[in-house]
Amino acid sequence: MPINYYIFLSVALFCIGVAGVLTRRNAIIVFMCIELMLNAVNLLLVAFSKMHHLALAATDPNAGINGQLFVFFIMVVAAAEVSVGLAIIAMLYRNTHSVDINFLNRLKH
Amino acid sequence: MNLTQILFWFLSALALFSAIMVVISKNPVHSVLWLIVVFFTISGHYILLNAQFLAIVNLIVYAGAIMVLFLFVIMLMNLNAETEPQKNKWLKMAGVIGGGALLLVLVAALKDADTRNQIAQTGVGDIGLIHNLGLVLFKEYVIPFEISSVLFLSAMVGAVVIGKKE
Amino acid sequence: MSKFIFLVPLFPLIGFLINGLFRKWIPKSLSGLIGSATVLASFVLSLLIFFEVKEENFHPVIISLFEFIHAGKLSIPFSFLVDPLSVLFLLIITGVGFLIHVYSTSYMHEENAAAYAKYFCYLNLFVFSMLLLVLGSNYVILFIGWEGVGLCSYLLIGYWFKNQEYSSAAKKAFVMNRIGDFGFLIAVFALINQFGTASFGEIFQHAPKATTGFITMVTLLLFVGATGKSAQIPLYTWLPDAMAGPTPVSALIHAATMVTAGIYMIARSHVLYDLAPVSQTVVAITGLATAILAASIAIKQNDIKKVLAYSTVSQLGYMFLGLGVGAYTGAVFHVMTHAFFKALLFLGAGSVIHAMGGEQDIRKMGALRKYLPITHITFLLACLAIAGVPPFSGFFSKDEILAAAYEKNPLYYIIGVAGAMMTAFYMFRLYATTFLGRFRGTADQEHHLHESPAPITFPLIVLAILAVLGGFLGIPEIFAKNAHLLGHFLQPVFAGRESGAAGHPVDVSTEWMLMGVSAGLVIIMVIFAWMRFSRKPELGEPAGFGKWLANKWYVDELYQTIIVRPLNAFADFLNKVVEKNIIDGMVNGAGRLVQYGSRQFRYLQSGQVGGYVLLMVLGIVILFVVQLFLRK
Repeated sequence: MPINYYIFLSVALFCIGVAGVLTRRNAIIVFMCIELMLNAVNLLLVAFSKMHHLALAATDPNAGINGQLFVFFIMVVAAAEVSVGLAIIAMLYRNTHSVDINFLNRLKH
Repeated sequence: MNLTQILFWFLSALALFSAIMVVISKNPVHSVLWLIVVFFTISGHYILLNAQFLAIVNLIVYAGAIMVLFLFVIMLMNLNAETEPQKNKWLKMAGVIGGGALLLVLVAALKDADTRNQIAQTGVGDIGLIHNLGLVLFKEYVIPFEISSVLFLSAMVGAVVIGKKE
Repeated sequence: MSKFIFLVPLFPLIGFLINGLFRKWIPKSLSGLIGSATVLASFVLSLLIFFEVKEENFHPVIISLFEFIHAGKLSIPFSFLVDPLSVLFLLIITGVGFLIHVYSTSYMHEENAAAYAKYFCYLNLFVFSMLLLVLGSNYVILFIGWEGVGLCSYLLIGYWFKNQEYSSAAKKAFVMNRIGDFGFLIAVFALINQFGTASFGEIFQHAPKATTGFITMVTLLLFVGATGKSAQIPLYTWLPDAMAGPTPVSALIHAATMVTAGIYMIARSHVLYDLAPVSQTVVAITGLATAILAASIAIKQNDIKKVLAYSTVSQLGYMFLGLGVGAYTGAVFHVMTHAFFKALLFLGAGSVIHAMGGEQDIRKMGALRKYLPITHITFLLACLAIAGVPPFSGFFSKDEILAAAYEKNPLYYIIGVAGAMMTAFYMFRLYATTFLGRFRGTADQEHHLHESPAPITFPLIVLAILAVLGGFLGIPEIFAKNAHLLGHFLQPVFAGRESGAAGHPVDVSTEWMLMGVSAGLVIIMVIFAWMRFSRKPELGEPAGFGKWLANKWYVDELYQTIIVRPLNAFADFLNKVVEKNIIDGMVNGAGRLVQYGSRQFRYLQSGQVGGYVLLMVLGIVILFVVQLFLRK
């Protein structure tokens, strides 16, 4: 498949994630949108890892494998982030009885 | 229109639709479920690209562990459509316009990029196999791998500290 | 002796500093002593220098003290010029100045010690500035003195500054002088620009090479300066108002010395004026017009000092007439005699005012002859001198100017004689109303009438002697050969010019005729005025044409209408509309803009995470746009 298709798909998913972050007030949904954005990037990385594969496979059988490893690391970091993030949201809920990010306006002070 | 192409278009359409549903669903639980659908479609794309290991890890880690965690938290808080806070109309509009503008800019930028004739190979290559990945991971990326384990440990400690009652 | 010339202005400067800095601590007698003694020292020194300058083989010297301005090619030294003209002025300034200082010690005695010392401090500063003015060897030093005397004039007119009227008179004098100074300053800049120097010698040496148009422009601008300082049309109205100052100040500054600065300046620049016939004509006509106008106004004034003030303006007009027709010696001669008799008149008036307890209206005086014998005699002599009755000093100097005017244009002479007749008339109207007839003041005032003390009468007597005999310094050629001592003395300065000493172009019989006509007419006017006003003084309010004269031709009102009011209206407009709406609007607008902008920008700092994220995304979009599309 032409690489452009993958790029457009990823960009579209990423921007949907951005729009979700911007429009929703529920902290958990915002968090999920961030995961969506991460996955859009992952998809793009995997697509890129296969982009030059044909030309380089003769000399280097592992050409492009770095991209897939980066996806692996992103998943690792995302998992860590989710665990901490959800802990924070849980604490927020415990203090405010809401997951509305507008209650997080303490940054003003 | 071979099978790969059919699958590609089907998965892409489903991914976009599900992603939109994630954003617009009133009920957080529905959002989670739609997000799981997105992850499945992305895993499907991975398989099309012969990245089998990542496809499986994606399903296990994301669709399995992380989304269950989300669901667990949502249900713990007893969130549903009624308790869902709503932003005002103008802010929503601004958000959509912001995201749309970003999309527009990125797509416009890609027009100049030299990617028109590049092809992502589907169904060929074995770099996605766990054997090859594992060799590279434990040879060249062993230090980042070990550091990420420390990251996990600290994240776990952090989550416990934050989540603990005073 | 000339090399000690710097001491001449230094003494009054020292007096100024002592009186100015320690005025709160030194007693009255000491400050008066310091003020008088420093001027006396300058006078003695001036006399010594005078005897040196008088020698046949004396050549003008320039004493350079230090570099005052040095910029690029322009170099203006702080230097003094010693020549007969400056020395003559030195003598007048320090001599008359000393007498007036002595007079002031008594006249100002009612002031408290600090104010008394302040008065002498100003007076010394004035003498210093005036000496600087006449000693400077270039236009810049002259200008320093010029401004200095203007400042002192302002300070002394407004000496009793608590009186609103007096301080506005001071302001008027200052502003009028500023208008003139502006012209002067432009002229000096033009000269520096043209010749690259401000020194008299070099400018006069190179002047013939410049175009007539340029010289005419410069001389006219210098004359604008002179009209301000020497109270000529159209800037003369400040001088009568300047009578708000103490009477000795009027005598020294506004009669004897400062107002003659314009005459000095033009006499000093006579080389330039000789090259510009148009300017000479302008000077002559302005002088003549001022002489006539001021004399006509003086006829109907009732304030003793106002009469003298207009008389001063009128006499200054004669001096300018002399300058305009090229009779520089005559003009300087008239400056000298005028300094004697006008100072005497003012001091006599001061003595009268002193005796009358501050009363200045001559309608409330009369018969003072009996009470103030010395003042009366000296005043009478001064009146005779100013009227031009032979053989008093005014006769010789005025006659010299009128003779030169006749030579230039007989019309000048006729108008000049008419002015001289008016002078005789108003002076003897003043004299007769004040000293003759019967006393018209209150009984209380009459009881207090007494002759003034010695410090007042001494200067009167000295000045009276000078006013009577001063004229013999300039005896015309037709009386005796080579008897014009002053002309002889000044000849090096006005070399190559006709003057009383050099051969007179008007033939002898004509001059006898002119002299006879003017003297005869003047004497007739004197007798007429004496007869008329000694019996029946003019006490009522003037009517008809007299009212025009009494109201000074309504010149002040005219100025008020055509200059001051539009200016006020314009200032009002600037204040109320431009200042309030535009300037304030801009200033306050800037403040309000910042306030408004801050209030709007404050919403950005909402603390709402969503808002921050939105802004972040917009920022990313903008960065992408800049990076990907705009930065090619």
